[in-house]
Amino acid sequence: MINSYFKFIRSGINTTYQDKGRENLYHIGIPYSGAMDNRNFLIANKLVNNNLNAPVLEFAYQGPHLKYQGDTIIIAITGDVIFKIIKNGVEYTGNCYESYQIENGDEIDIISTNKTIYGYLAIGGEIDIKFQWKSCSINTNAKIGSNNGKKLENNQTIKLLKLNSNKDKKKIDYTNSKVENIRVIKGTNFNYFSDEGIKTFFEKKFIVSKLSDRMGMRLQGNKINNVVNTNIKSEGLIKGVIQVPPDGNPIIMLSDHGTIGGYPKIGVVASVDYDRLVQITPGSEIKFTEIQLTDAETLFKLYEMDTDNLLSQI
Amino acid sequence: MINKIVNLGDSALYCDFGQEVNKEINSKVIKYFNSVRKSNIEGITNVTPSYNKLIISFNLSITNFKKIKKEIEVLNIDYENKIINKEIQIPVCCESSFSLDIKRLEKKLSLNREQILEKFFNKKYFCYMTGFIAGMPFLGDLDENMRANRLETPRVKVPKGSIGLTEQFTNIYTFESPGGWNIIGNTPLNIFNNLNENEPNLISPGDTVIFKEITSSEYKNYHD
Repeated sequence: MINSYFKFIRSGINTTYQDKGRENLYHIGIPYSGAMDNRNFLIANKLVNNNLNAPVLEFAYQGPHLKYQGDTIIIAITGDVIFKIIKNGVEYTGNCYESYQIENGDEIDIISTNKTIYGYLAIGGEIDIKFQWKSCSINTNAKIGSNNGKKLENNQTIKLLKLNSNKDKKKIDYTNSKVENIRVIKGTNFNYFSDEGIKTFFEKKFIVSKLSDRMGMRLQGNKINNVVNTNIKSEGLIKGVIQVPPDGNPIIMLSDHGTIGGYPKIGVVASVDYDRLVQITPGSEIKFTEIQLTDAETLFKLYEMDTDNLLSQI
Repeated sequence: MINKIVNLGDSALYCDFGQEVNKEINSKVIKYFNSVRKSNIEGITNVTPSYNKLIISFNLSITNFKKIKKEIEVLNIDYENKIINKEIQIPVCCESSFSLDIKRLEKKLSLNREQILEKFFNKKYFCYMTGFIAGMPFLGDLDENMRANRLETPRVKVPKGSIGLTEQFTNIYTFESPGGWNIIGNTPLNIFNNLNENEPNLISPGDTVIFKEITSSEYKNYHD
């Protein structure tokens, strides 16, 4: 029995446990969930010698402020995140992509993400949390996953069942690349839209709306004109589908999306761009470029090789 | 047979079984769904049946569209294998505090409350699919005179247990969620149980649902 835990002095506005998410449940209405930015999730775990699919804390905008009690433990933060580590009342500026040893009484204050949305905190050890359908990922809409499917709150604790014995500090040189250009494969209802609508979709810029969350990213600024029907018979959705509702403002399905939808699909975001898409903040501009399936497949392979290469450097 | 298979993005197959919504087409979709689920084709991560489409998602790290399409085209479909159907009774209370859109329906359908409820409770409904939110069943078909469009402005919060109507379909909100269907009543029965991982959904595609009207005191005492 060990008695090591973190306590949330401040939970942050949208802090959840996430791992890779859950599969084979779309047919009963449950989406994948899981870490929004998969690459940063994997790197965080590798930096603390965890299994790559171990649960991490995902936070959005403002992160948590944690106080630690227990035996020395290793942690790492990934993304583009501003944070401090407080030891004996002295504040040290923290660096992302570098692991830290946290001792009894130390605090981690994750102030905010910087011009991005999501950041990750990996803890070197095994966290005492519940799994549902083999995943800890919290889906706050369906109230599924660890912590009864709810966001983490002030004064809650993260109890550890085991600490990793390897507490070596690690780091890599890495900077998140920012994108505004998102590559898209034509959707199954592409021909529902007028020539002008399609021109708007591929040539104009859209603004990410404040009403975006883990379920979907809403876009504004230019409306896409539909000339066939603004509704289809409801059918399955996947991550990255871009639906256009009757008002003409596109919505991109993200990791916690509804599994069925009845709006025409103009396109689907190429998998290679998903990690970077989810990091685009409300108010920013976004532009779509068409890509062919075979090119999307090749680019995804290259992206994966690049991720593997980063992981192997740790 | 599948009319057409195309890609949906780079990580899914979109199998089109036709445009109409009826039991016959939907049963084909469900048979394909069962066969794909049993096939253990490497890399498939999700299979989503709907009225007349089947979407097969896969892990792009280990397979691709071309490979999965080939496998699906030669897949042995067990047409004889009967879908095991249940008949489920759902108690529904239509007291005014639950039937949020009854006035709207009276106007849109040119029927009074009694006529609407009579037509609603007088039919058995077939479950075409589940989803949107966890466990939500899409049931049909409503009486021809009972078909109304969605609300012009969807509700931000539809209460858990609400029974909604739109076009030829009726559904049940398994938990509080945004939604635009016309709400006619509420069931005290839990339709989705996330603690039962093997069978979280009370209603599955192919099942038959019978709604039974209950009074507000029966509703209140339901869990006693």
